[in-house]
Amino acid sequence: MDRREFSIRVVSPLLFTIALFVVWEIVCKALDVPLTILPAPSDVFGALWQYRKPIWDNSFVTLWTTLAGFLIATLFGLALGIAVGWHRALYAGIYPVLIGFNSIPKVAVVPVLILWFGLGEIPAVLTAFLISFFPIVVNVATGLATTEPELEDVLRALGASKLDIMRKVGIPRSLPYFFGSLKVAITLAFVGAVVSETVGANKGIGKLMLDAQAAFQVPIVFAGLIVLAVLGILLYAATAAIEARFTGWAFRGQANR
Amino acid sequence: MAYGRGSAAVRALEHVSLQIARGEFIAVVGPSGCGKSSLMRLISGLHPPASGDLRVEGKPVSGPLKSVGMAFQNSNLLPWRTALENVLLPLEIVQPYRSDFSKQKYAGKAKALLESVGLQGFTEKHPWELSGGMQQRTSICRALIHEPEILLLDEPFGALDAFTREELWAALRDLQAARKVTVMLVTHDLREAVFLADTVYVMSSRPGRIVRRCPVAIPRPRDLEVTYTQAFQDIVHELRSLIGKH
Repeated sequence: MDRREFSIRVVSPLLFTIALFVVWEIVCKALDVPLTILPAPSDVFGALWQYRKPIWDNSFVTLWTTLAGFLIATLFGLALGIAVGWHRALYAGIYPVLIGFNSIPKVAVVPVLILWFGLGEIPAVLTAFLISFFPIVVNVATGLATTEPELEDVLRALGASKLDIMRKVGIPRSLPYFFGSLKVAITLAFVGAVVSETVGANKGIGKLMLDAQAAFQVPIVFAGLIVLAVLGILLYAATAAIEARFTGWAFRGQANR
Repeated sequence: MAYGRGSAAVRALEHVSLQIARGEFIAVVGPSGCGKSSLMRLISGLHPPASGDLRVEGKPVSGPLKSVGMAFQNSNLLPWRTALENVLLPLEIVQPYRSDFSKQKYAGKAKALLESVGLQGFTEKHPWELSGGMQQRTSICRALIHEPEILLLDEPFGALDAFTREELWAALRDLQAARKVTVMLVTHDLREAVFLADTVYVMSSRPGRIVRRCPVAIPRPRDLEVTYTQAFQDIVHELRSLIGKH
C-alpha cells in the first residue's frame, strides 16, 4: 500500500468516523439533550468502560451464537445450493418453498424456537442459521446455473461425468458467488442472533440491551449498539478477507480487463 | 443426418463421408451455417445425432470419444487455473492418466508441450495474463496433452488478428509435424485450410454435403511464403469458386 492508497483506505474512514462522533457530541451538548433520549458519545463510551465486564461476557455469547448459526448455514446452504444447481427439476421444486420460507419474518419464528428448545443459546443459533442460509443457497445455485456451457463442453468432449464437470468447473466457477453471499449471510446471522436475544434469552448483547432499556439505562443501550456495530464490521471484514483469499482470480481478472 | 429435436430439427448434414488417414491433416471448409461445426460436434460425440448414424473407425458414436482432443473458437480456458493447470485438465479426466494423476508427475510433460508452442515462461500465468494468441496456444496444448488419436479444431483461430493467426498456423504446422497427430480442422478461412491441410473438403450450404475433396499437393514443410505463390493462390481460388456465388 503506497501513501495515497493508505490515506484513502485507512485515514479517510477513520477521520469520517471520528467526525461523526464529534458532531454527535456537539449536538448533544449544544441542545442539552436529556441522557434518557440521546446520550452523548462521552456518556456512551463511559458506560462502555464502566460495564465492560458484563458487556464483554454478553458480546461473547452473541458472537459465538452468530458464528455457530453462520457455520451451519454455510454448510447447509452450500449443500442445498449444489443440489438445487445440479438438477433443474430440483430447482423448480424447491425454489417456491424456499422463497415462501424466506418471506416469513424470522422474529415470528423465535417464539416457536423458544417453545421447543427453551430459553438459552439454541434459539439464537437457530435463528441466525434460518435467516442466513437463503442467500447462500441462491448464490451457489445461480453460480452453477450461469456456468458457461462452453466451459462444460471442454470437459464433456473428454468424456467427463456430470460429477467431474461439477467438481472441475461448476464448483470452482460458483465459488466467487458463494463467498460473495457469505458477506451477506454473516451480517444476517448477526441480526438473527440479536433479534432472537431481544425476543427471549438469558444472555447476549440483545438481552443486555433489553434489560438496560427496562432500567432506563440508556447509555448502556447505546453502548450495546456500538458493540454490535463494531462486531458487525469485524465479522464482515473477516468474511471479505476469506473471500479475497480464495477467489482472487475472479477479482484480478476484472482489475486487469 | 438431422440435428435437434421434433419440429425444430434441422437437416444439417446429408451423406457426409470423410476419410482421414492416420497422421493426415484434413480441413473442412464451407459457407457459414453449412454444418461444419455440427459435423465436428457429432464426430466428437458432444451432440448425439437425432437421426442417421455416425461411425468413427467403423464404430457408431454414442458419446464423447476418449481418443479425441478438441479446441474451440474461444480458448475456453478455466480462469481460476494457470496455463499449466489448464493443460493438465484432460489428464484429470481421461484414463489411464486419471487413476494415477498427480500434478508433479505430469507437470513436466505439460511444460514441454507448452514450450513447444513458445509458451516457456508463461506456464504459471492465469488466462487473463495471456494474449489471445497465447490463450489459443494453451487451448491447443490442452487438446493434445492426453495424446488423442484425432485432434478436432473448430475454427480455433477465428477470433485472432491476421498476424497472430499466421503465427499460430506455423505453430500448429510444427506441432503436427513433430507429433504426427491426425487433425481435422473446421474453418472458413480458405488460406488457412490450404496452408495447413493435406486434403481440403468443401461443404455446400444446408443441408451440408461434401461437394469436393481437394488434395493439396504443396510439398511439406511449408513456409508461410508459400501462401504468396501462384500454385497456392490457384487452389484457394478454385475452392472459393465452389463456395456459393457472390
